[in-house]
Amino acid sequence: MNPYKFNSMSELLSLVNEEVKTIADVVMRFQAEEEGKSEKEIYDVMAKRLQIMREAADKGINEDICSPTGLVGGGGKRLEERRLAGLSVSGTTSARASAIAMAVAEVNAAMGRVVAAPTAGSCGILPGVLFALEAEKNLEEEKLVKGLFTAAGIGMITARQANLSGAALGCQAECGVATAMAAAAAVEIIGGEAKQAAVASGIALQGLLGLVCDPVGGLVEIPCVNRNAICAAHALAAADIALAGICCYIPFDEIITAMVEVGRVMPPSLRETGIGGLAGCPSAKKLIKDKLENL
Amino acid sequence: MTDAFDIIGPVMIGPSSSHTAGAVRIGRLARAILGEQPLKCEILLHGSFASTYRGHGTDRALVAGLLSLNVDDERVREALKIASGKGLEIIFKTKDLGEVHPNSALIKLKGKNQEVEVLACSVGGGHVVVKKIDSFDVELSGDLPTIVAAYPDRPGVVAAVTALLASAGVNIAHMRVSRTAAGAQALMVAETDQIVSQGLVTAIKALPMMERVIQIEPI
Repeated sequence: MNPYKFNSMSELLSLVNEEVKTIADVVMRFQAEEEGKSEKEIYDVMAKRLQIMREAADKGINEDICSPTGLVGGGGKRLEERRLAGLSVSGTTSARASAIAMAVAEVNAAMGRVVAAPTAGSCGILPGVLFALEAEKNLEEEKLVKGLFTAAGIGMITARQANLSGAALGCQAECGVATAMAAAAAVEIIGGEAKQAAVASGIALQGLLGLVCDPVGGLVEIPCVNRNAICAAHALAAADIALAGICCYIPFDEIITAMVEVGRVMPPSLRETGIGGLAGCPSAKKLIKDKLENL
Repeated sequence: MTDAFDIIGPVMIGPSSSHTAGAVRIGRLARAILGEQPLKCEILLHGSFASTYRGHGTDRALVAGLLSLNVDDERVREALKIASGKGLEIIFKTKDLGEVHPNSALIKLKGKNQEVEVLACSVGGGHVVVKKIDSFDVELSGDLPTIVAAYPDRPGVVAAVTALLASAGVNIAHMRVSRTAAGAQALMVAETDQIVSQGLVTAIKALPMMERVIQIEPI
């Protein structure tokens, strides 16, 4: 029996103490115990995943990439150029996070290599937040790797109770959960307490509850790529709200239950079928007809 | 149980775990079931695979799998070019395959010595299930080491195979035996917890009446 096993946020927080100080520490110990490996070995595997995220971010920011349909690509690069020119309305950290998140989501759309976090469709949010904080706060890489373990913990709790796919519960279970993961990671990276990280994930997910999965043409492009950028900024806002000590009132475990309830009453047309919502708009249909016929 | 690397992972070529990563795995499984380099292939795409395969790169991903590329190999994007460079003939068609999962493909493969038809579906998160091999109903995920054996439907063959596995300390996780008709052709799929050694595969192949044995490593 793994002594660091946890099924809920309350169980996860109960494992945090004087010695195991953060959510990241609990998750690292859980994973080491689970695989019968040392914490160092587990850390190294996660560090490699961070490296793949970094490569995707660099590629999206620096290279001219394009999805097979030609609908997305180059947005992250343009956002970053705007930030570098000092024109960003949203300030440097948020703007940087959005640019990187978009870049990684575009690499995904363009059939590049990414790390699903927790899914491919939401793969930009976590790297966006992590690399923006790294650059803005001059953080060492170890903090980011630990942040990935924090994020993993939030995702693991959610996956115990909910299927993390747009087809099952809508985009709230993909980008919503990714944003909650990134918000918690941001708090622990900055030196906030585990409890504040839990509040940040709750605030992040509350803000995205009910988000439907309505991709145009069923493809991971519109609105997914822009949504990754927006959610990265959303995660940072949630982290700030939690760090300011503002109350979330509803515990994270109950928010997950609510997310499952909301997802279950979502009609299939809004669950990754490419039928309802944005996908059903006349312009969306025309776009897909024009683009797919020319592929 | 979900662990940290299920959440921060898998490492994959985008854009979709079901339509791209899962498709690579379907291709790899079909290639493994053929048991040799494919020379010709016809791929029938059903449901969501049929309607979105170009935008999701499902076609490239399936072919990448047939070339034995991994889900995180950046050459997935160029798989169609690589295949044509190797002289692999590929035809894609869309077809309603009936009462099957929305993300399904029927892959007809021809190699130098063998031919096989594999029906498989991508069930989400990159997980896949092979539902049919030729006319046999099967359940094969590629998550575990797998033995596929073809033989005439006679008493004692299943017992002989399981006895060999047991004697080597190999535990069977799932097993399914299917046949075209009583006493006709039979196909066994056994997913095991341990890797089946080459020596053990040779021993299974040497059983009386055994016609063909394929070993599939976890993909």
